Amino acid sequence: MAFRLKLVPDETRFDFFRHQVLTFGFSVFLVVASVVLVLVQGLNFGIDFKGGTTIRTESTAALDVGAYRDALAPLNLGDVSITEVFDPTFAADQHVAMIRIQAQEGDEAITPEQMTAIEGALVGADAAVKIVSTESVGPKVSGELIWTAIWSVLAATVAILFYIWLRFEWQFSVGAVAALIHDIVVTVGIFSLFQIKFDLTIIAALLTILGYSINDTVVVFDRLRENLVKYKTMPLREVMNISVNETLSRTVMTSGTTLLALIALLVLGGDVIRGFVFAMTWGVVVGTYSSVFVAKNIVLFLGVDRNKEKKDPAAEFFTEKVSDADN
Amino acid sequence: MLQIPLWKRVLIIALCLLGVATAAPNLFYPRVEAHNDAIVAFENSGAMTTEQAAARDGWPDWLPSGLVNLGLDLRGGAHLLAEVHVGEVYSARLKSLWPEARRLLATERATIGAVRRIDSPEDELRIQIGEPSQIAKAVEIARTLASPVVTLTGVGQNDLEITGEGDVVTIRLSEAERAATDDRTMQQSLEIVRRRVDAAGTREPTIMRQGADRILIQVPGIGSAAELKALIGTTAKLTFHQVVGRAGDANSPAGVGKIILPGQDEKDGYYILDELSVVSGDELTDARPDTDQNGYPAVSFRFNPTGARAFGDFTANHIGEPFAIVLDNEVISAPTIQSHIAGGSGIITGRFTVQEATDLALLLRAGALPAGMTFLEERTIGPELGQDSIEAGKIAAIVGLGAVIVFMVLSYGLFGAFAAFALMVNIALVFGTMSMIGATLTLPGIAGIVLTIGMAVDANVLVFERIREEMKKVRGPARAIELGYEKAMSAIVDANVTTFITALILFVLGAGPVRGFAVTLIIGIITSVFTAIYVTRLLVTFWFDRTRPKTLEL
Repeated sequence: MAFRLKLVPDETRFDFFRHQVLTFGFSVFLVVASVVLVLVQGLNFGIDFKGGTTIRTESTAALDVGAYRDALAPLNLGDVSITEVFDPTFAADQHVAMIRIQAQEGDEAITPEQMTAIEGALVGADAAVKIVSTESVGPKVSGELIWTAIWSVLAATVAILFYIWLRFEWQFSVGAVAALIHDIVVTVGIFSLFQIKFDLTIIAALLTILGYSINDTVVVFDRLRENLVKYKTMPLREVMNISVNETLSRTVMTSGTTLLALIALLVLGGDVIRGFVFAMTWGVVVGTYSSVFVAKNIVLFLGVDRNKEKKDPAAEFFTEKVSDADN
Repeated sequence: MLQIPLWKRVLIIALCLLGVATAAPNLFYPRVEAHNDAIVAFENSGAMTTEQAAARDGWPDWLPSGLVNLGLDLRGGAHLLAEVHVGEVYSARLKSLWPEARRLLATERATIGAVRRIDSPEDELRIQIGEPSQIAKAVEIARTLASPVVTLTGVGQNDLEITGEGDVVTIRLSEAERAATDDRTMQQSLEIVRRRVDAAGTREPTIMRQGADRILIQVPGIGSAAELKALIGTTAKLTFHQVVGRAGDANSPAGVGKIILPGQDEKDGYYILDELSVVSGDELTDARPDTDQNGYPAVSFRFNPTGARAFGDFTANHIGEPFAIVLDNEVISAPTIQSHIAGGSGIITGRFTVQEATDLALLLRAGALPAGMTFLEERTIGPELGQDSIEAGKIAAIVGLGAVIVFMVLSYGLFGAFAAFALMVNIALVFGTMSMIGATLTLPGIAGIVLTIGMAVDANVLVFERIREEMKKVRGPARAIELGYEKAMSAIVDANVTTFITALILFVLGAGPVRGFAVTLIIGIITSVFTAIYVTRLLVTFWFDRTRPKTLEL
């Protein structure tokens, strides 16, 4: 027998409901805590949502944040924040700073005059400084971007709700969406907790988490549907436990490979997309947890009508359509 | 049984080879890019330098040469989102109606009395008549100015809305005409922005309309967004006006139909000009940098026949009077007309530097923007930052791939190796598909590929786990394998369809880099399902046919 890495034994009989008060309670706590955090502490919105300008500078000389700040002060740009960026991929003499300037008056992004003034002031403070990127979003666009972001998350959630309802039963679709909301809220919560910059790419990450988490949930549900037919008299709770146990090995394997790839990107991918990758990594962890501990608890709570013996609603749906077309 | 029909086998292998072949040029990115650039340059100019010829020969013609486009965040460049002030065009349009309206109404002077234009908001033209009792008659006459709008939605609507109240006739643009005007303004703006960017000679700019009144401009390789703004942000509206007088400040009373504009230098003060221009930049056929008789930089220009005639007539009638050359609402010079200028060409002097004269000539040649713009969003990414991101992404992808492969082989042995092979084919297919459809790779797109690496094995994991389960129940490895694939199918489909839905929504609603992410994710989902189901299955079948194992080590 060749050597095999087995993260999960061949047969497991964990009772995933045994500590359900604890696990489900933990999830509820996390969701509530996240909502409270976001309400109290807010999110560190990036310029995509808030308007304003970020400038990334690079210099071979050591960074003196104070000197930069003093240089920019006479320009009357309003709120200016300067932070040094550290990353393992940087060279030894690569000193990177992010300068963030609040949105200026009017609809417009930063004007060329302001930009020239800023560049001049920075070169005055540090002769070796180079501006490697600037991003500026006017308040008009940022307002629209917020709505686009909210719409896209809502649209994705509703589309999934509908698809799961079509393929399974409505209880499953409620369970799946509850798990999704859990994942999103908890991810937004951690962004609030650590005040990580929240911008458009994070929305993309949230949608990816939606996709990943539903992926996981669907696999468990799929097995549950199969087992419900197989074990007709067994209590729902038992069937669920069997289903989760049977798919546990796969859940762990897939999360494992995905996390491996994401962690590589998190460590080595550079600081520009670190926030984005962090959101996805965290989302994969939360998403895996929620498909095991949240989605099915909701389904159990709602109960499944097992007398209908409706194996695959979608199959029925489609066959009906086909026969209609034949007539 | 494990049989796969021959045609299917051939098709699977052919698709894999096609993917690898189309992806391969990306491994030699700079060389292939130089090759493609040289060919484009040759097609455009018909000539080729020795370096270009060498670049062309650097990659054989018979090999595929499609490349993945690099997004701005990887290549470096500038991104601008501009809002066009479409409303500006309305007032210019209305003002231009005045001479015709005056002529028409004047023919009925006997009944409606004297006609004069009075102050009005920007989007209206108001005409006062001498006899309020004849307002209905005046409106009737004015209505002959209107003509039907030809659009899909505005059928039966006229372009002007003309109403009368008291002794005032008010002319407004109708709803349909506004929509049609907006559309024309946008088309024109797009065209002119494109000409200006092209004239600057940068590669593959993206210039497209977004929403009702916005233009998205992305230019790879340009130094900064400020540079791009200077190029496209100037309206470059050139007009020639009759000078009526001078004014002390901008707020002096000018009179109806007159405008006050500042001189180029503050000490020039203000000019009172006739609002209607004699000729405008639209009538130019050529403009080039030049020098005046004192050797200072200037711009020489040439009018088309219509412009030349108008300019000729005007100069013939106003010898000895000053006229103003106005650029973007600023009088850049106001020479006195010495003689009748008949040839339709002339020279603009001002206090230009050589660079300014060159830029102005370029802008005049490209044509004036029909309306001003505001820049709502701008992003500049330096080329070094993009290069750093590519390097970091590459290393991360390789490390991630290696880790996943090791993990898979350790967990599933030979089957894991099959999955690893399928994973590599999958990556080739993603790049191949992107090269073929000309999709753009962005930094989040790289993240999408890395995520695909992690998630692509999911389908295989589902199948392998299922095979393990089936092995406990059924006799014979062949049956177990077959059942494994069969029963894992519904989970694979459901799981991927839901991910696909979210990726699709990202694509539809996202913009820029985020859309790049969605593209790689969508392609990744499709190719990963293909490789995980068909490629691994083909490998398993080959292996099974050759070895006929009694048991499976999985």
